[in-house]
Amino acid sequence: MKKSLYNYILGIADNSLILGQRIGELCGHGPSLETDIACTNISLDLLGQVRSYYQYAAKIAGDGRTEDDIAMLRKEREYVNVLLVEQPNTDFAYTMARHFLFDEYHLLFLTELKKSKDMTLAAIATKCIKEVRYHQRFSSDWIRRLGDGTEESQNRMQAAIDDLWTYTDELFHQTDADKAMVSEGIGVDVTKLKNAYYEKVNTVLEESTLTIPESKYFQKGGKMGIHTEHMGFLLAELQYMQRTYPNMEW
Amino acid sequence: MTTTKNWPLWEVFVRSKNGLEHRHFGSLHAADADMALENARDVYTRRNEGVSIWVVESKNITASNPEHNGEMFEPAKDKVYRHPTFYELPDEVKYM
Repeated sequence: MKKSLYNYILGIADNSLILGQRIGELCGHGPSLETDIACTNISLDLLGQVRSYYQYAAKIAGDGRTEDDIAMLRKEREYVNVLLVEQPNTDFAYTMARHFLFDEYHLLFLTELKKSKDMTLAAIATKCIKEVRYHQRFSSDWIRRLGDGTEESQNRMQAAIDDLWTYTDELFHQTDADKAMVSEGIGVDVTKLKNAYYEKVNTVLEESTLTIPESKYFQKGGKMGIHTEHMGFLLAELQYMQRTYPNMEW
Repeated sequence: MTTTKNWPLWEVFVRSKNGLEHRHFGSLHAADADMALENARDVYTRRNEGVSIWVVESKNITASNPEHNGEMFEPAKDKVYRHPTFYELPDEVKYM
């Protein structure tokens, strides 16, 4: 039970940590000053959220590790985020498409997590959901703008959606920790979110005059610690300070 | 839709809390009013500075010409009796 809950929390937190790191890479590199600040804000929201999760995970693990140890010092195979969130910031369309495809899931997920029997998780979900509502508003806005924009922006957004589509199905795969926590009334049954997810996503894509991809071939692995080639580079940057100056604080 | 290479400039007004008026906070670039509001939220209210935001495209503001400052403003300078400084303000009146 303890082990399952710990793994379950990491499953939630790692998604936000890795996505937060990715979108945070735009700090100082955003397409305009305003979008740069918006992306950095979103990154800070996500990193703030994961602190609550990792603090809770550290308490449950009870082995002396801190939230920072759990966030920063695991090896690649020990991160259980979905493949979607580790995909690179290829261009702004890609960055927003990745965010949007996660945000729609994140909203549905937190809405259910609020009902968890675990009071801590329910409280974290309640706190996070307002932030995530804004993330979804921001990213879906950009899907519409670029999708229904110029020929160039539409081509790029369509390419991004087509490319990232293959990572969406994994969001609804259940891990062993998922199954154990669902049966305890603590976890969210992600398989039940799938229809609502594609309905919401498809509605925005249609409004954006984008074509809904038909591909039925989906990638998976992240939830089991098997990542794409991008993950190692991301972790190298994320972990650099702790690896180079062990136990450093500021 | 007109396509311009650069986003137009918008002026941002923020109400810090209920009961206060909107104040000019600064300006930013955005493609349209909706984006201007979202950008204003991120640029100017990320440290909990506001409860309400107005945006207006800068070109819609008519400004006084600094060259006319003489006739516009100076005549008011020597008319102290136009200021309500000859009254005692009750302590309860906070924002005056």
